[in-house]
Amino acid sequence: MSQWLIAGLLFTPLAWAALSLLLGFRQGRWLSWLGMAIQMAVSLALWFAVMEGGGFYYALGGWNAPLGIALRVDGLAVTFVLLTAAVGTACGLHAGVYLDADKPWQRYFWPLFWFLWAGLNGVWLGADLFNLYVSLELISLSAVGLVALGGEAAALRAALRYLFAALLGSLAYLLGVALFYGRFGTLSLAVIDQLLVGGEPALIVALLLMLAGLALKTALFPLHAWLPPAHGIARSPVSALLSGLVIKASFYIAARLWMELGDRLGSPWLAQGMGVLGAAAVIWGSWLAFCQPHLKQVVAYSSVAQIGYLFLLFPLTFAVAEPVSLLAQQGITLQVISHALAKAAMFLAAGNLILSVRSNRVKALAGVSHFLPFSLFSFGLAGVSLMGLPPTGGFAAKWLLLQASLASGQWWWVVVLLLGGVLAAAYVFRIYRASFLEVSNSDDFYHPPQSLEAIPMILALLALGLGLVAEPVLSVLALPFEVVAAEAVHP
Amino acid sequence: MSLNLLYALAGVALCGIGLAGFLLLNHLLRRLLAFNLLGSGVFLVLVGLAQHGDGPDPVPQALVLTGIVVAIAATALAIVLIRRYFHLTGRTSLDTGNNAGDGGGES
Amino acid sequence: MGFVVALAAAVLGAAGAAAPSELSDQLQASLARSGVEHPVTAVLLNFRSYDTLLEIGVLVIAGMAGISLASTNALEDPALRSADSLLYALQRWFVPVMLLLAAYLLWAGADRPGGAFQAGAVLAATGVLMRLGGLPMAFIRPGILLRLGLVLGFAVFLLVAVAGALNGEAFLAYPVTIAGGLILIIEIGLTFSIGMILLALFVAAPVTDEHEPEEGGGL
Repeated sequence: MSQWLIAGLLFTPLAWAALSLLLGFRQGRWLSWLGMAIQMAVSLALWFAVMEGGGFYYALGGWNAPLGIALRVDGLAVTFVLLTAAVGTACGLHAGVYLDADKPWQRYFWPLFWFLWAGLNGVWLGADLFNLYVSLELISLSAVGLVALGGEAAALRAALRYLFAALLGSLAYLLGVALFYGRFGTLSLAVIDQLLVGGEPALIVALLLMLAGLALKTALFPLHAWLPPAHGIARSPVSALLSGLVIKASFYIAARLWMELGDRLGSPWLAQGMGVLGAAAVIWGSWLAFCQPHLKQVVAYSSVAQIGYLFLLFPLTFAVAEPVSLLAQQGITLQVISHALAKAAMFLAAGNLILSVRSNRVKALAGVSHFLPFSLFSFGLAGVSLMGLPPTGGFAAKWLLLQASLASGQWWWVVVLLLGGVLAAAYVFRIYRASFLEVSNSDDFYHPPQSLEAIPMILALLALGLGLVAEPVLSVLALPFEVVAAEAVHP
Repeated sequence: MSLNLLYALAGVALCGIGLAGFLLLNHLLRRLLAFNLLGSGVFLVLVGLAQHGDGPDPVPQALVLTGIVVAIAATALAIVLIRRYFHLTGRTSLDTGNNAGDGGGES
Repeated sequence: MGFVVALAAAVLGAAGAAAPSELSDQLQASLARSGVEHPVTAVLLNFRSYDTLLEIGVLVIAGMAGISLASTNALEDPALRSADSLLYALQRWFVPVMLLLAAYLLWAGADRPGGAFQAGAVLAATGVLMRLGGLPMAFIRPGILLRLGLVLGFAVFLLVAVAGALNGEAFLAYPVTIAGGLILIIEIGLTFSIGMILLALFVAAPVTDEHEPEEGGGL
């Protein structure tokens, strides 16, 4: 059963990419609705299958690793596959209505969208270092294509910046892969994990190269300069995809590398250094978000800040007791999920607000609270999750991270967690304040269709509800890890 | 020192040149060329480092073929973007100083 | 500079400690079941075919981006064309030879260096030469036919991949008996599409000065 599900999961996005290239935007929309339904169903079924039977390796082409490419299907991977299906479907539905169907270049939206989806699934399931590189490139190129779609000068500028950053990051990662292959003669992460004994300098360099490349692709401070222009200028559904999912892909690989190899190749200063950069990203990104004059730039800089929390994974899992490390991993996983949902909701809601007031400026929002309370409410709900107030997913994540910091005696991260929440509140309330200003002559707002308003609301509610169901979600995450670890990896 | 190792070290040198060019050059085409140089360096390291013991190892050669196609695709995409960017703005670099209307969403 | 030194040290360190891998032995042992004799082709199109499938996807993305937003003047601008009779005569010789070379490279991939990408590159070069020489090539227009050509190889590959899964085996698994034939079919499709993509990136540049207004009208 799971065999069929995996085949469906891999086949659908690629096939839909090929088919939708042959169609126009409107026909592509019908086709994509069907594709999103299939992906959603397959992802759900796979999630339940793994919940029942535990994780497993799937040998592509019938060739086991290290000769062939094996996919690692475990609790974490299927959870992110499901997250991708949820956020991807929401963005796809929103884009189908939001984008101007009459523009000739919009027909290329669907193929790029589906290629992006295929790449994301490839990363979540990837267990082969080189295959992860190819999946990353699939994601980067389709994401750059989506940013550049329409080809306006400012969009091209942002797309080029994004492309150069992404390419440099990928090559740094590949160089690390080359060193690992030269040392061990294999690309399978599980085999490397078995063969690795101690911290050889060559391999430490390799890990540093890979982490640096992936940090650049994740836009970790101070390598974040490419992100706000790209996420700010793209169409809102595209921004939601990029901020919600794409930057998580490179972080996910970095986290997987760290969890598998970090105990032998890492060092306290590396772990603390990554944490400090993450903390700096939280503070600096939030401050810049507060200062931005444009609505989508506020949301984009907020992404820079929220990514910072993810990098607390490094200090909180290095040389700490097993239960503490587990707390930190759970906290980071929840943070990834809740940020993906909340940020997608925020970008889609921001798109609706921009559509309504026909301007990207925060100041232009004055008076919109009368006309678009629903989108504004979604924006605020998502903001509550970013601030980390109960009962949201953001709160559950920060609560776990807080416990992990205290239990490992690294109290300084608590300061970052609290300060980050306060700053997030500041930039969300700034948007609210602007939109509640009264203006007399503001009756020329455009009303977006109801469906556009409903989608961010659903995402925001999911982010909100995540805190309530955090316990079952996390139990599914923790369970299959052990099942997989106990299994023999290759023949 | 074997011949293959020499290739790998030449790859390291290429990586250094490519990285320096990538970070220091502003002209978009030159930066793209530097990216290709860096890519070639990485591929040389990958192939050169992996050939130990008995006979050539075909796996890194296949990896590099895949890598080259990906690099070609990325280069082609970059050239398409650069050409259109040049067509619209007449600029060959991303540095614009404080020109209005060119920052991300600042128009 | 420090980067180069550290990297060189890492390369030497990794080479010095290199562990003999079992991968080569496994590869030699499985080569007979792969359907081709050349190990690189076997790795590319059978053992690690998922990489190649995604790689062609990356190439399709680039081709797609090429025809979607290259709004500058096409490289095959009439001004660039040459009406030289000598070139024309040479072309009549070159084009068939190059097509033959592409076909040879495609066929050779099974047991010696060669393969779909090399053949596709030669095919694209032939197209570029014909285009620069002013031969009419009406099919290179961003219409349905060009898009079909772009994805054909990818689609063929994908169909073979999913056929393996429908057959009850893994995604991308080929039955051993017909693996050679399937790989050849994939390679023919890929050669055609790679040629089309590279050629499209060179020539198919629709001139549109229409562009998307910034979100929110940029006020």
